[in-house]
Order: sequence, then C-alpha cells, then structure tokens
Amino acid sequence: MLSHDPDLSQGQLLTGHAPRVDVSCADGTTGFLFTSGWAKMAASRGGHVVASSSRSKEAGGDGSWFVTLALGVSLLKCLLIETYHSTDFEVHRNWLAITHSLPVSRWYYEATSEWTLDYPPFFAWFEYALSHAAHYFDSEMLKVENFNYASQATVLFQRFSVIVTDVFFIYATKQCCSCVADRKEQRSVLDNPAFVLAGLLLWNFGLLIVDHIHFQYNGFLSGFMLLSIARLFQERYIESAFLFSVLLNFKHIYLYVAPAYGIYFLRSYCFTASNSDGSLRWRSFSFRRFISLALIVSAVFAVSFAPFVYMFWWRTNRETNSLQTANNDYSCRRHSHVPAIQRTASQSSCATLPTCSKELWGQIPQVLSRLFPFKRGLCHAYWAPNFWALYNAADKVLSIMGARLQLLSPDSVRAGSMTGGLVQEFEHSVLPSVTPMATLLCTGLSILSIPTPNHSSAQPSVLCLWFRPRGPRGFLRCLILCALGSFMFGWHVHEKAILLAILPLSLLAVSSARDASLFLLLATTGHYSLFPLLFTAQELPIKILLMAIFTVFSVSFLRTMFRRRGPLLGWLETLYLCGLVPLGAFCEIIYPLTPWQQALPFIPLLLTSVYCALGIGYAWIGLYVTQFAELKPAKKKTS
Amino acid sequence: MESPSLAALAVLLALTVRWAVSLGPYSGAGKPPMFGDYEAQRHWQEITFNLPVHQWYFNTTANDLLYWGLDYPPLTAYHSLLCAHIAHLLEPNWVSLNTSRGHESLQHKLFMRATVLVADLLVYFPAVVLYCLLCLGEIPNKRKVSLIFCILLYPGLILIDYGHFQYNSVSLGFALWGVVALSLNRHLLGSLAFCFALNYKQMELYHSLPFFCYLLGKCFSKGITCRGQLRCKSGPGSSLHLPCPFTLLLQIGVTVVFSFALCWIPFLTGAEQILQVLRRLFPVGRGLFEDKVANVWCCLSVLLKIKNILSPETQLRLSFACTLLCVIPTCIKLAARPTIGGLKLALVNCSLSFFLYSFQVHEKSILLVALPVCLIINDFPLVSTWFLLVSTFSMLPLFLKDGLLSSYIITSLAFIVAAAALLPINGKTSEDALKLKPFCASLRRYLPWFKIPQNLIRFLITGWTALDGNSSKTQKTPINRIFSVLWIRDAQDGTSHWGTWQQSAARTGNLWASPACNLLGVSLALNSISAENPCTALPAGLHTLVAAPGGGLRFSCHDLLLRDQFLKLQKNPCP
Repeated sequence: MLSHDPDLSQGQLLTGHAPRVDVSCADGTTGFLFTSGWAKMAASRGGHVVASSSRSKEAGGDGSWFVTLALGVSLLKCLLIETYHSTDFEVHRNWLAITHSLPVSRWYYEATSEWTLDYPPFFAWFEYALSHAAHYFDSEMLKVENFNYASQATVLFQRFSVIVTDVFFIYATKQCCSCVADRKEQRSVLDNPAFVLAGLLLWNFGLLIVDHIHFQYNGFLSGFMLLSIARLFQERYIESAFLFSVLLNFKHIYLYVAPAYGIYFLRSYCFTASNSDGSLRWRSFSFRRFISLALIVSAVFAVSFAPFVYMFWWRTNRETNSLQTANNDYSCRRHSHVPAIQRTASQSSCATLPTCSKELWGQIPQVLSRLFPFKRGLCHAYWAPNFWALYNAADKVLSIMGARLQLLSPDSVRAGSMTGGLVQEFEHSVLPSVTPMATLLCTGLSILSIPTPNHSSAQPSVLCLWFRPRGPRGFLRCLILCALGSFMFGWHVHEKAILLAILPLSLLAVSSARDASLFLLLATTGHYSLFPLLFTAQELPIKILLMAIFTVFSVSFLRTMFRRRGPLLGWLETLYLCGLVPLGAFCEIIYPLTPWQQALPFIPLLLTSVYCALGIGYAWIGLYVTQFAELKPAKKKTS
Repeated sequence: MESPSLAALAVLLALTVRWAVSLGPYSGAGKPPMFGDYEAQRHWQEITFNLPVHQWYFNTTANDLLYWGLDYPPLTAYHSLLCAHIAHLLEPNWVSLNTSRGHESLQHKLFMRATVLVADLLVYFPAVVLYCLLCLGEIPNKRKVSLIFCILLYPGLILIDYGHFQYNSVSLGFALWGVVALSLNRHLLGSLAFCFALNYKQMELYHSLPFFCYLLGKCFSKGITCRGQLRCKSGPGSSLHLPCPFTLLLQIGVTVVFSFALCWIPFLTGAEQILQVLRRLFPVGRGLFEDKVANVWCCLSVLLKIKNILSPETQLRLSFACTLLCVIPTCIKLAARPTIGGLKLALVNCSLSFFLYSFQVHEKSILLVALPVCLIINDFPLVSTWFLLVSTFSMLPLFLKDGLLSSYIITSLAFIVAAAALLPINGKTSEDALKLKPFCASLRRYLPWFKIPQNLIRFLITGWTALDGNSSKTQKTPINRIFSVLWIRDAQDGTSHWGTWQQSAARTGNLWASPACNLLGVSLALNSISAENPCTALPAGLHTLVAAPGGGLRFSCHDLLLRDQFLKLQKNPCP
C-alpha cells in the first residue's frame, strides 16, 4: 500500500532521496520489517565476528580470547587494590626497606622489624630492584624503622608491583595453553581446552585472593613453575632446569617439588634411551647432558649464594653483634608464608654465626637459619587442611572423650594448648606428639612409596617416575603428588601451599576426565580452605563471589569438555562439595553472630580445616590411584 | 556450553565488580557539614524512621528540609524506612534522630553498600536478565549472555550507585521491568512497573512520554481504524487477545491510578500534603543547569552566558520549548506505530532530549539516557558502546570530587574490553553502512561538498580495531561510534520504511537533536578548559584526547546548522 502523505515532496527535498515507495505501510508489518531488519543486521555482524575469530584461530594465534581473559583479570586485580591487606604487606614493605637501605651483607642479619628477610637471595634482589621504583612513589616506605607504613602511594606501588609482575604469569599461562591446544578438533572457543586452561590458571581463585587481597607475590613465582613445566613439554630441558633453579632461589617452598624435577631430569634427560619394556638402559647415560644440566643449576645457585659465601664475617661483625642477640629471641609468631622444609639439621642454632664455619661458609649458615626456621609449630595458626589437622582433631576428640569417660586424668589433658591462634610448638594430649623428624619421614614416605596390591614391590610416585617414565605427563603427575604429599604431612604447612598442587593440576584437568574430577574436588576444597585468610566483613562478599565464579567456571566448563564421559563427580563427591555451602554459611555468617564466637573463636577454623582435610586427602589418594590405573594398561601392553 | 552457567558467570562477575567498587570512597565522605548523597540517604532513613508520615516532607523543628530534606517520591521514602528498620536492628545509633547526623563508620558503610547491592539484585539484575533472555528475539544464547554481561557492566551506573552512592538501579530497574512487560504484551504489568519507577524517582519522567505514547498507540492502533478491526477479527484467535481500544485504555488508566494511589496512600489525607510533596519533588528555583552538565545550555554558556542574559522565567520557557520540539516527532511516530523497537529508540530520543534541553538537569541524569541505550546495544553495538563510555566520561567531574578516578578508569576499561570481546563492534565506513545516508543528504543542502571522511575515520578507529583483533580488515572499521547518537536517530529513518510524512517529522527532531548530541562530548571539554579550577585541567586534557575525534569533528560540521537554528529560536522567546 502506498502512503499518501501531503509532505511527500518536502520529505524528498529534505532527504534528497529518490521518492521512497513505502510498500509496507500496513501496521504490524512495518514493525516486523523494522525489527527483522535489525535482526538481520545483527546476525550478519555476528556472522562476521564468528568468521573472523575462526580465521584468527586458523592463523595460529590463540585468538583474542586470551587477551580478553588476561586483560579482564588484570582489571579485576586493579579493582582489588583497595581491599584489606594482611601483615604480609608490611613484611614485603620491610624487605623493600631492608634491601634498599642496607648493604647486602646485612640483609639477612637485620632484625629491627619482627618480619625479617626469610626468602632466598633472588627474592631479596627482586625486592632490591623494586625498591628503586618504589623510590619514585613514596621514599618513606623505604625506611626500616617506619613500621606498618601504608600510605596511599605505598599501597598503590605494592599492589601494582604484584599486578605488573603477574604479566610473567600470564606469559607462562600462554605457553602452557599452547602445550595443551594440540588437538585439531573443530570446537567452539568455549570448548577449547586451551581456553579452559587459561581460565583455570588466570582466574584462579587462590592466586587472586592470596596475591591481590592478602598480598604476596605467588603469581610470578607460579609463572616460573608453569613456564618450566611448559618448557619440559616443549622438550627444552635446559631452559626448564634453569627456570626451576631460579625459582628455587626465589622461594624455597618449591623444594617440595624438587624431587620430581631431579628424578625426571636424571631419568628422562640424562639417560637418552630406555629398554623396550620401559626399564632403564644404563649404557645410554649421556655425560654431556648431565654436565650441562649440573652446570646450569650450580651456576644459578652460585650466583644466588656466592655473595654471601664470600662476605667475610669481620666486615659486618661490628654491626651484627648487636643484631644477633636480637635475633635469638626472634619471634616465631608471625603469619609466615614459609612452611617447613625438611632438612636434617636444625639450623636455628646457626643464628649466632658459629665461628668454626665462618671462613668457609661466610653468611650461609645465617641465611639458611632464616630460610628454615624450625621453632614454629606443627600446624600454622589456621591449621592447614592436611593430615595433621585430622590428627589434631582426633587428639582433641579423644582427650575430651577420655575426660568424659574418666579414662584420662584431667591433669593430662591440656585444654586449648593448640587453639590459641598462636603459632607455636605444642604437645598432644592423648596421641603421641609429632616431631619435625616424624613429619619428614611421613613426607618422604608419602612421596616415595605406597605399596599396592597389584605389584609385589612398592610402586611409588617418585620411584615410578624413575622406573616407568611416561613423558612429561607422568612428570607432572609426580610433581603434583610431591606437592600434595608434602602438603599433607609437612611441618608447619601453610594452607596457601595448596596452590602448589592446584595450579599444575589444572594442566592435567583439561586433558583427562578422571583428573578433571579430581581437580574439581581438590580445587574447590583447597580454595575453600583459604577462606579464613580473609576474615574482614567487607571482603566477605568478594571472596564468596570470586569463589563462586571460579567454581561455576571450572565445574561447568570441565563438565562440558568431558560431557561424553558421563558425570565427572560421583554422588558422594557431589554431596561432599555441596556440604561446603552450609559449612561456609555456618562458619562465615551464622557462627560469628552466636555468643560462642567470643568463647570458642577457633571452632570455625577447626571445622573448616578438618572438613577440607578430608577432601584434600581424598583427592590425594585419588591421584595415587589414577597413577596406578594408568600404569596397569601400560604394563599389559609391554608384557 | 550451557548458557545458564554462562549467565551465572556474567551475573557473578558483575556483582564482584560492584562490590569491589563499593569498597572505595563515597560522596561527601568526611566532609562536614553537608557531606554528600550518602549522608542524604542515611538522613532519609533517620527521618522516615523517627517521624510520622505526614511530617516527612514538611519543614519542622525535627525535620530541617535545608539539611538533605526528602525530595524524592514516596517509594524512595518507603525504601528508606525499610532500610532504617534493618539499620535500627543492627545499630540504633545509625538512625537516631538528630544525633546521628553525619554518622560515618566502617560498619555503617558496609550496611549502606549492602542495601544498594540487595536492591540492585532484587530489581535491576532480574530485569536485565529477563530483558536479554526474553525480549531480544531469535539470537544465539551466547549473544544473549554477552548482552547481559555488557549491560550489567555499564560503568556509569555502577560508579554512581556503588561509588557515589544512590539507588538509581531501583528506578531504572522498574523502568526496565516496564519495557520487559510491554515487550511481552503485558501492558498492565508494564504500566504498573513504570508507575513504580516514577514513584521511586521523579526523574523517570524523562521516560514517561514514550511509555505513554506506546500504550496510547497500542490502545488505538488495533481498534480505531477499520483496518485494525478487520485484522482483529480475521486473525485466527487474535480477537480473543485484543480488547476493544477503550477497554484497554480504561484498564491501563485504572492501573495507573491504582498504582499511584497505592504509593501515595499516606499522603492522600489532604491537598496540602500532596502539594507539599509535589513542591519538594519539582524545585524550579535552582536555575537552568548545575555544575558541569554535558548538555546544550551548559555548553552554550561557554560562548553565550544565557543565565545572565535571560530571565529565569524565559529560561524555563525556552528550555521547555526546545525539549518539546525535540520530543514531539518521535512521540508522534511512536503513537502511530507502537513497536517495541520504536519504543526503545523513542526512550533514547526522549530522555536524551530532556537531558540536553530541559531545565535544571543534573549530570547524573545521563543515566536515564544510558538505560535505553543499553537496551539497543544489540542493534547498534558500536554506537551504544561509544555512547555509554562518553556518558560515563561526562560524569568525570563528579567522580573526581568523590575520589573515584581509579574506579572510573578501571571499570571503563573493563567495559571496553568486554564490549570489544563480546559484541560485534564492526561496521563499514560508507554512508549506507552507517545508516547516515538521509543525514548526509540533508547536510549537503548546506554543504554541497560534504563527504564522510572515511580515511580519517578508519585512522581514528585503529586503536579499537587493534583491540578487536581484526586490524587487517579495514572495511570493517567500527567507526560508527564517532557518529554515535546521531546514527541512532538517522537509523530510525533509514532502516524503517515509514511514510515520508513521518520522515519529515522526524527530520525536524533530528535537525534539533543531532547537532546537540555532539555537544555532549564537547561541552565538558570546553567547560573544563574555561574553568579556573586546576583539578579540571586533567579531565580537559583527557577529554580532548577522547572526545576530539567524535565531538570535534561533528561540532565543526554542524555549527552552521546549529547557529542558524539557535539564533532563530532565541529571537522568538526573547522579549
């Protein structure tokens, strides 16, 4: 139908158009055409975008989604600048001040603040480098005596230093993604394993809250680990070894996973060939490879520690005499991020710089005594969810039951000995007390040997890596088992150490359904166990939301990836994970409102760590089982 | 990938961003004696909690109207009352009469922020999710989720509600509920929701004309002409659905009256009460514009001090005339052709006209324009994104005052990243592709040599294209943002096949509104430069970077047109 408008000519004049015949003047149709025109327009553009994104994928790049994920999470980190920061913020500020204002020789002696430098030398140099930039923000933060100094500029600088150094982590993630993106299947971006992996690593809940709220530098350190793993996958062994030894000199917590690296390099790199049944061919040992490896590693360690070896004690004698005395009563009550590393000797006595070794070793004993403080207790203030949490809880229950049933005399029950929230040594009431040696033994055993019924001999994780190397994937599994084993049984383990296992497990999770289900279990439980780190009311919504984001992401994306394998989690596992919700509601919201909060403030922590210890223990055992499950078919093939 | 979990992720992320922003400072923090909007909201809780209803809007010894007197409609007051009861449960000091003035504490801030989040979660979030899921027709689910995310991530609303501190998401959410209901053909529900919006914040009047015209058009389009009646009867089953025009009109009228009565029950005791409330809601004595609003009057005052030249009465009349002139064409169109697409565009047009020309506009009022622009983000992704960014930018002086600069930068960047990744921000640079043909034609009457500077546009957009990862494809340059609002208007003519009479009517509106739209960007820059205040030097510098491509280019194109029209207009109302 034609429109009969009086203003037709004027309209033409105004528009300068050819007269437009309006064929669709009947009402309803116009609207339809109108909107459908939009829809078409939008659809054509949408098609364009899909096409272009697939094209860019074909071109070999990871596509713009990686940039989006990385930029998005970086912006989120920037938004978290104003959140609460823990004492670790002051720890790192103090280290900035120490490295900036004192000569190298005094770095490991300085004890004005209670937060003494207790990371390996590379980290100290890292802080030294940072301090030069910090100078331009606020030079007040570089004074050792400015305790708890947190001006706006200081906060901004420290937070941004974490965010900027995380760029290395992003790069490492990108490398890891390129390792898993091998499959040439036609999938949408959201089903792409590389995309899921990038999400799991970049948006990792634990890293976000530990680094960007609680305040630490785990991001770029994890970046070193992930990059060295990626280099192993890419068969660039020397680089991998270099990165890992650098990492060890940044933060010695990574000694936990060093056995996996050591064995794998020795077995799969230094020995160039295996027998047909997978056993070792001794003849194939390559001295050239071994020496190059040894050179690289020792060069890194030499660069790190040599300045402290060659620093003669007399140069600093005068200054340090006073410091040493202060050092001896160095408080052990700090919230440390340095968990116990099992070393044979208790080096705490070295703090007084024994004269016998001073010429030979320089400051090394002092450095080591800072790195491995054994005066701290079995469990950290928050009770990391490991075997010892269960052990402590059992001890508690037994002692209470014993007292009720009058099997124990009340004197023998030292109530509340480990619940004061202080990090200290304590003794168990009923069960035998645990010594550092015992935890060392347990850790060693957990890493080395778990006998299985199927094999006559022990088939443990590290040994397994030796006897039946299965490429980098086997190495990765062993690394995770090492991390988890030491987490379960280590001395004074901090709950943050669980990230050491969760991050590498993400790599496995995107490639096998069983690992994915274990990852869901371990990551959800482990992340939940980090909740007590943030206890302020205003961060409560943030931690819940971030946790929900990560959990929804990991559950839904992994389930979609493995939708053909059936459900990822069994009913018991699902029930267990769902149990975290009421537990969280009780611990975070209901309990603080009850009068018990004043009298028994530790109950939520206890519940959290015991409940999470069950899940983490289950995931640890599950990982062992999958290792053997993978072993069996391999054996059938060979025999 | 299942879309429910994607939608959940979008909502959770939006919530996280909101809460993270809310950790920052609020307006008037630690600035006695008047503090800011935060204190205003707290004060309203105090007033509504302690005083009887009939004293809320009156100046009494206990209720000093000069100190943040209640000047929002009753629903806001009820909301304050509800919050006050909760506050009283938690800590009576927060709402104690007079003694609580200027109360500031971490717990209280937490409480206030939580009330915003809860209101947002109850009203705005479901409206956005429902709108994207139900009202956008046949588009892929992933796209719907992307739209949910982008709309929820609009930085302006987040910053004003969670940074500056207000409850805009409630009134905007109700208005959005109205659009959702109307597009599902629930006219009564739609009008009810919009009445609630209007009774929460009188600024929703910006949106009232399109709603009114749409409903009016719906009432009559089906029945008053014989064509409609015929179709009514011939359509299979449709006769059951379509009521007689006057029945629908009556139903809607009753709904509106009923919902208004419901909101105003306590104030219906006497005419004095009602008049007092109305006086509080519409204070006319405040002048043509405040602070640095990015509208025509403020912009014009750089060249021409209207405030000094004209009497307040004339100013009022002038602004009324301008607004009406801009609003009428689009309203007539909407009443004649009530479609949902038309409703959304009319909402943009009307609210923008009100923002640009009406009397006593506050810079926060741009949020009322931003909401309908969010609604068309699927149809005009690039333009809408650009407009939303500029609208946020136009509130920068406010954010600077509140110490929200970092939040502003971060949320805006996040919005750009999200939009670039999730929305198809591509387009061609030709006139046709830009839907600019009618506009360019009309412009050529004055400037015969005019051509769209395609190369310049491409060059300007390179940054955006790089972000989008498509830099190789020059043809797809997403330049449209430069022509932002204008495109929306012209697209209205270009894509639809309306009668020429309607076109010419629209052209009149266009003639007026489109040049002024460009000023949105420029005005702030000019104002900042002209101000002596050194702290505005930063936004001025920033702005010339950002808005120069958009505003500057357009400004130069249009100032001939603009000057001509304004001179005419000024002659008429001037005595």
